[in-house]
Amino acid sequence: MKWGVVVFPGSNCDRDCFHALYDVLKQDVVYLWHKDKDLKGVDAVVLPGGFSYGDYLRVGAMARFAPIMDEVVHFAKQGGPVIGICNGFQILVEAGLLPGALMRNKTLKFMCQDVFVKCETKGPWTRKFKSGKILKMPIAHGDGQYFVRDNQLKELQTHDQIALRYCSAQGDVEEKFNPNGSILNIAGVYNKKKNVLGLMPHPERASEDLLGSSDGQGIFESVL
Amino acid sequence: MKVRVFVTLKDDVLDPQGRAVVGSLKTLGFQGVQDARVGKLIELKLSTHNKTEAEKQVKDMCEKLLTNAVIENYKVELVS
Repeated sequence: MKWGVVVFPGSNCDRDCFHALYDVLKQDVVYLWHKDKDLKGVDAVVLPGGFSYGDYLRVGAMARFAPIMDEVVHFAKQGGPVIGICNGFQILVEAGLLPGALMRNKTLKFMCQDVFVKCETKGPWTRKFKSGKILKMPIAHGDGQYFVRDNQLKELQTHDQIALRYCSAQGDVEEKFNPNGSILNIAGVYNKKKNVLGLMPHPERASEDLLGSSDGQGIFESVL
Repeated sequence: MKVRVFVTLKDDVLDPQGRAVVGSLKTLGFQGVQDARVGKLIELKLSTHNKTEAEKQVKDMCEKLLTNAVIENYKVELVS
Protein backbone atom coordinates (compact mmCIF):
# COMPACT_ATOMS: atom_id res chain seq x y z
CA MET A 1 0.00 0.00 0.00
CA LYS A 2 1.27 3.49 -0.85
CA TRP A 3 1.02 6.17 1.82
CA GLY A 4 1.39 9.93 1.51
CA VAL A 5 2.61 12.01 4.44
CA VAL A 6 1.81 15.67 3.92
CA VAL A 7 4.53 18.14 4.86
CA PHE A 8 3.49 21.69 5.74
CA PRO A 9 5.95 24.36 6.79
CA GLY A 10 6.04 23.71 10.53
CA SER A 11 5.12 20.03 10.46
CA ASN A 12 7.34 18.20 12.92
CA CYS A 13 5.93 14.68 13.07
CA ASP A 14 6.20 13.98 9.35
CA ARG A 15 9.42 12.00 9.75
CA ASP A 16 8.04 10.05 12.70
CA CYS A 17 5.04 9.06 10.57
CA PHE A 18 7.31 8.16 7.67
CA HIS A 19 9.46 6.03 9.99
CA ALA A 20 6.49 4.21 11.53
CA LEU A 21 5.05 3.41 8.11
CA TYR A 22 8.25 2.72 6.16
CA ASP A 23 10.66 1.19 8.67
CA VAL A 24 8.23 -0.44 11.08
CA LEU A 25 5.30 -1.42 8.88
CA LYS A 26 7.36 -1.83 5.67
CA GLN A 27 4.99 0.29 3.61
CA ASP A 28 5.61 2.31 0.50
CA VAL A 29 5.64 5.97 1.64
CA VAL A 30 6.08 9.32 -0.09
CA TYR A 31 6.13 12.85 1.27
CA LEU A 32 3.58 15.23 -0.19
CA TRP A 33 4.76 18.85 -0.11
CA HIS A 34 2.09 21.39 0.83
CA LYS A 35 2.52 23.15 -2.51
CA ASP A 36 2.01 19.95 -4.50
CA LYS A 37 -1.17 19.63 -6.45
CA ASP A 38 -1.34 15.90 -6.81
CA LEU A 39 -1.34 13.01 -4.37
CA LYS A 40 1.15 10.92 -6.40
CA GLY A 41 -1.27 8.01 -6.53
CA VAL A 42 -1.26 7.25 -2.81
CA ASP A 43 -3.83 4.93 -1.22
CA ALA A 44 -3.95 6.74 2.12
CA VAL A 45 -3.05 10.21 3.38
CA VAL A 46 -1.52 11.20 6.73
CA LEU A 47 -1.71 14.78 7.99
CA PRO A 48 1.02 14.77 10.64
CA GLY A 49 1.41 16.76 13.82
CA GLY A 50 3.36 19.96 14.22
CA PHE A 51 2.72 23.66 14.04
CA SER A 52 1.78 24.23 10.42
CA TYR A 53 2.22 27.86 9.37
CA GLY A 54 3.27 28.63 12.93
CA ASP A 55 -0.30 28.01 14.15
CA TYR A 56 -0.91 31.66 13.24
CA LEU A 57 -4.44 33.03 13.52
CA ARG A 58 -5.91 29.67 14.65
CA VAL A 59 -4.42 26.20 14.70
CA GLY A 60 -4.88 24.61 11.29
CA ALA A 61 -6.52 27.70 9.81
CA MET A 62 -3.82 28.51 7.25
CA ALA A 63 -2.89 24.93 6.41
CA ARG A 64 -6.36 24.08 5.19
CA PHE A 65 -5.81 26.47 2.28
CA ALA A 66 -2.50 24.91 1.21
CA PRO A 67 -2.65 23.76 -2.44
CA ILE A 68 -2.34 20.08 -1.45
CA MET A 69 -5.47 20.34 0.70
CA ASP A 70 -7.80 20.65 -2.31
CA GLU A 71 -6.57 17.23 -3.36
CA VAL A 72 -6.82 15.82 0.16
CA VAL A 73 -10.42 17.07 0.50
CA HIS A 74 -11.30 15.61 -2.89
CA PHE A 75 -9.63 12.30 -1.99
CA ALA A 76 -11.50 12.17 1.34
CA LYS A 77 -14.82 12.94 -0.31
CA GLN A 78 -14.24 10.05 -2.71
CA GLY A 79 -13.89 7.80 0.35
CA GLY A 80 -10.07 7.66 0.46
CA PRO A 81 -8.60 6.95 3.91
CA VAL A 82 -7.25 10.07 5.61
CA ILE A 83 -5.86 10.38 9.12
CA GLY A 84 -5.07 13.65 10.88
CA ILE A 85 -2.86 13.41 13.94
CA CYS A 86 -2.72 16.30 16.42
CA ASN A 87 -2.13 19.35 14.18
CA GLY A 88 -3.47 17.16 11.36
CA PHE A 89 -6.71 16.75 13.33
CA GLN A 90 -6.87 20.52 13.77
CA ILE A 91 -6.45 20.96 10.01
CA LEU A 92 -9.22 18.43 9.28
CA VAL A 93 -11.75 20.30 11.43
CA GLU A 94 -10.76 23.63 9.90
CA ALA A 95 -11.14 22.08 6.43
CA GLY A 96 -14.62 20.92 7.38
CA LEU A 97 -13.83 17.24 6.86
CA LEU A 98 -14.60 16.62 10.52
CA PRO A 99 -17.13 18.42 12.72
CA GLY A 100 -16.29 20.64 15.69
CA ALA A 101 -13.26 22.70 16.66
CA LEU A 102 -10.07 22.28 18.67
CA MET A 103 -9.48 24.92 21.26
CA ARG A 104 -6.84 25.89 23.81
CA ASN A 105 -6.47 23.23 26.52
CA LYS A 106 -8.65 23.93 29.52
CA THR A 107 -5.53 23.80 31.69
CA LEU A 108 -3.86 26.43 29.46
CA LYS A 109 -0.82 24.17 29.60
CA PHE A 110 0.95 22.41 26.80
CA MET A 111 0.23 18.78 27.67
CA CYS A 112 3.03 16.34 26.88
CA GLN A 113 2.43 12.92 28.41
CA ASP A 114 1.25 9.38 27.78
CA VAL A 115 -2.51 8.96 27.86
CA PHE A 116 -4.90 6.04 27.65
CA VAL A 117 -7.73 6.12 25.17
CA LYS A 118 -10.60 3.74 24.70
CA CYS A 119 -11.78 2.56 21.29
CA GLU A 120 -15.43 3.40 21.10
CA THR A 121 -16.31 2.28 17.63
CA LYS A 122 -15.28 0.16 14.69
CA GLY A 123 -14.12 1.84 11.50
CA PRO A 124 -11.41 1.59 8.87
CA TRP A 125 -8.79 3.12 11.19
CA THR A 126 -9.74 1.08 14.27
CA ARG A 127 -10.70 -2.20 12.64
CA LYS A 128 -7.91 -4.11 14.39
CA PHE A 129 -9.23 -3.25 17.84
CA LYS A 130 -12.09 -4.79 19.77
CA SER A 131 -14.60 -2.22 20.96
CA GLY A 132 -13.49 -1.06 24.40
CA LYS A 133 -9.81 -1.79 23.73
CA ILE A 134 -7.52 0.55 25.68
CA LEU A 135 -4.55 2.09 23.87
CA LYS A 136 -1.56 3.86 25.35
CA MET A 137 -0.23 6.72 23.22
CA PRO A 138 1.48 10.04 23.89
CA ILE A 139 -0.10 13.46 23.45
CA ALA A 140 1.80 16.71 22.91
CA HIS A 141 -0.44 19.69 22.32
CA GLY A 142 -1.58 23.07 23.56
CA ASP A 143 -4.82 23.17 21.59
CA GLY A 144 -6.53 19.83 21.98
CA GLN A 145 -9.80 20.68 23.67
CA TYR A 146 -12.39 19.19 21.34
CA PHE A 147 -15.59 21.21 21.16
CA VAL A 148 -18.85 20.62 19.32
CA ARG A 149 -22.26 22.16 19.72
CA ASP A 150 -25.01 20.02 21.28
CA ASN A 151 -26.76 19.27 18.01
CA GLN A 152 -23.48 18.19 16.39
CA LEU A 153 -22.61 16.09 19.41
CA LYS A 154 -25.91 14.26 19.11
CA GLU A 155 -25.20 13.70 15.46
CA LEU A 156 -21.75 12.31 16.30
CA GLN A 157 -23.38 9.90 18.72
CA THR A 158 -26.19 8.93 16.37
CA HIS A 159 -23.73 8.07 13.61
CA ASP A 160 -21.31 6.40 16.00
CA GLN A 161 -18.49 8.76 15.03
CA ILE A 162 -16.76 9.07 18.40
CA ALA A 163 -13.65 6.96 17.84
CA LEU A 164 -11.52 7.42 20.96
CA ARG A 165 -12.05 8.78 24.46
CA TYR A 166 -9.51 9.58 27.17
CA CYS A 167 -9.67 7.09 30.03
CA SER A 168 -7.67 5.49 32.85
CA ALA A 169 -5.34 2.54 32.31
CA GLN A 170 -8.33 0.37 33.26
CA GLY A 171 -10.65 2.11 30.83
CA ASP A 172 -12.66 4.38 33.13
CA VAL A 173 -13.78 7.36 31.10
CA GLU A 174 -13.84 10.11 33.70
CA GLU A 175 -13.12 13.83 33.78
CA LYS A 176 -9.94 13.32 35.81
CA PHE A 177 -8.41 11.38 32.90
CA ASN A 178 -9.25 14.16 30.46
CA PRO A 179 -5.99 16.03 29.77
CA ASN A 180 -7.41 19.02 27.92
CA GLY A 181 -11.08 19.52 28.75
CA SER A 182 -12.44 17.88 25.59
CA ILE A 183 -16.19 17.43 25.55
CA LEU A 184 -17.10 13.89 26.68
CA ASN A 185 -13.37 13.08 26.89
CA ILE A 186 -13.24 12.85 23.11
CA ALA A 187 -9.72 12.16 21.80
CA GLY A 188 -10.63 11.19 18.24
CA VAL A 189 -13.56 11.40 15.83
CA TYR A 190 -14.56 9.91 12.52
CA ASN A 191 -16.45 11.58 9.71
CA LYS A 192 -19.81 10.06 8.83
CA LYS A 193 -18.36 7.71 6.21
CA LYS A 194 -15.57 6.80 8.65
CA ASN A 195 -12.82 7.04 6.05
CA VAL A 196 -11.48 10.16 7.82
CA LEU A 197 -10.14 9.97 11.38
CA GLY A 198 -8.79 12.84 13.46
CA LEU A 199 -7.10 12.24 16.80
CA MET A 200 -4.95 14.17 19.24
CA PRO A 201 -2.75 11.27 20.49
CA HIS A 202 0.22 10.26 18.34
CA PRO A 203 0.01 6.65 17.06
CA GLU A 204 3.28 7.11 15.15
CA ARG A 205 5.10 7.76 18.43
CA ALA A 206 3.63 4.56 19.86
CA SER A 207 4.41 2.16 17.06
CA GLU A 208 7.36 0.28 18.55
CA ASP A 209 7.90 -1.37 21.94
CA LEU A 210 11.17 0.53 22.14
CA LEU A 211 9.14 3.74 22.41
CA GLY A 212 7.14 2.48 25.37
CA SER A 213 4.07 1.36 23.45
CA SER A 214 3.23 -0.21 20.13
CA ASP A 215 -0.51 0.31 20.47
CA GLY A 216 -0.53 2.99 17.79
CA GLN A 217 0.70 0.55 15.16
CA GLY A 218 -2.76 -1.02 15.02
CA ILE A 219 -4.27 2.21 13.79
CA PHE A 220 -2.11 2.22 10.67
CA GLU A 221 -2.42 -1.56 10.29
CA SER A 222 -6.20 -1.28 10.37
CA VAL A 223 -6.29 0.23 6.89
CA LEU A 224 -3.80 -2.17 5.28
CA MET B 1 -10.01 51.89 3.63
CA LYS B 2 -9.08 50.73 7.12
CA VAL B 3 -11.22 48.04 8.69
CA ARG B 4 -11.17 46.48 12.13
CA VAL B 5 -12.39 42.96 12.73
CA PHE B 6 -13.08 41.96 16.33
CA VAL B 7 -13.09 38.22 16.86
CA THR B 8 -14.54 36.86 20.09
CA LEU B 9 -15.45 33.44 21.41
CA LYS B 10 -19.17 32.73 21.43
CA ASP B 11 -20.82 33.25 24.81
CA ASP B 12 -21.37 29.56 25.50
CA VAL B 13 -17.77 28.65 24.68
CA LEU B 14 -15.46 28.36 27.67
CA ASP B 15 -12.55 30.80 27.51
CA PRO B 16 -9.65 29.41 29.56
CA GLN B 17 -7.50 32.47 28.79
CA GLY B 18 -10.21 34.79 30.06
CA ARG B 19 -10.50 32.73 33.20
CA ALA B 20 -6.75 32.97 33.78
CA VAL B 21 -6.93 36.75 33.30
CA VAL B 22 -9.69 36.98 35.94
CA GLY B 23 -7.54 34.91 38.31
CA SER B 24 -4.50 37.13 37.80
CA LEU B 25 -6.45 40.35 38.15
CA LYS B 26 -7.94 39.12 41.41
CA THR B 27 -4.48 38.23 42.66
CA LEU B 28 -3.49 41.82 41.92
CA GLY B 29 -6.33 43.05 44.08
CA PHE B 30 -8.96 43.80 41.42
CA GLN B 31 -11.64 41.95 43.33
CA GLY B 32 -14.49 43.48 41.34
CA VAL B 33 -13.65 41.61 38.14
CA GLN B 34 -16.45 39.18 37.44
CA ASP B 35 -15.50 37.88 34.02
CA ALA B 36 -13.01 38.37 31.19
CA ARG B 37 -13.14 37.18 27.63
CA VAL B 38 -10.04 37.33 25.46
CA GLY B 39 -10.51 38.02 21.77
CA LYS B 40 -8.55 39.14 18.73
CA LEU B 41 -8.39 42.37 16.79
CA ILE B 42 -7.45 42.19 13.13
CA GLU B 43 -6.79 45.46 11.30
CA LEU B 44 -7.05 45.35 7.56
CA LYS B 45 -6.13 47.93 4.96
CA LEU B 46 -8.21 47.53 1.82
CA SER B 47 -7.72 49.14 -1.56
CA THR B 48 -11.42 49.84 -1.97
CA HIS B 49 -13.00 53.07 -0.68
CA ASN B 50 -16.52 51.79 -1.14
CA LYS B 51 -18.19 50.89 2.17
CA THR B 52 -20.57 48.30 0.78
CA GLU B 53 -17.78 46.66 -1.17
CA ALA B 54 -15.50 46.66 1.89
CA GLU B 55 -18.19 45.08 4.08
CA LYS B 56 -18.83 42.42 1.50
CA GLN B 57 -15.14 41.59 1.14
CA VAL B 58 -14.53 41.44 4.87
CA LYS B 59 -17.57 39.24 5.48
CA ASP B 60 -16.20 36.82 2.92
CA MET B 61 -12.74 36.91 4.54
CA CYS B 62 -14.24 36.26 7.98
CA GLU B 63 -16.24 33.30 6.78
CA LYS B 64 -13.37 31.77 4.83
CA LEU B 65 -10.33 32.37 7.01
CA LEU B 66 -10.42 34.96 9.76
CA THR B 67 -12.93 33.26 12.05
CA ASN B 68 -14.16 29.78 12.88
CA ALA B 69 -17.95 29.86 12.97
CA VAL B 70 -18.11 26.86 15.30
CA ILE B 71 -16.62 28.79 18.20
CA GLU B 72 -16.25 32.44 17.22
CA ASN B 73 -18.30 35.56 16.51
CA TYR B 74 -17.03 38.64 14.74
CA LYS B 75 -17.85 42.29 14.43
CA VAL B 76 -16.63 44.55 11.64
CA GLU B 77 -15.86 48.24 12.08
CA LEU B 78 -15.11 50.46 9.11
CA VAL B 79 -12.59 53.00 10.40
CA SER B 80 -11.91 55.31 7.47
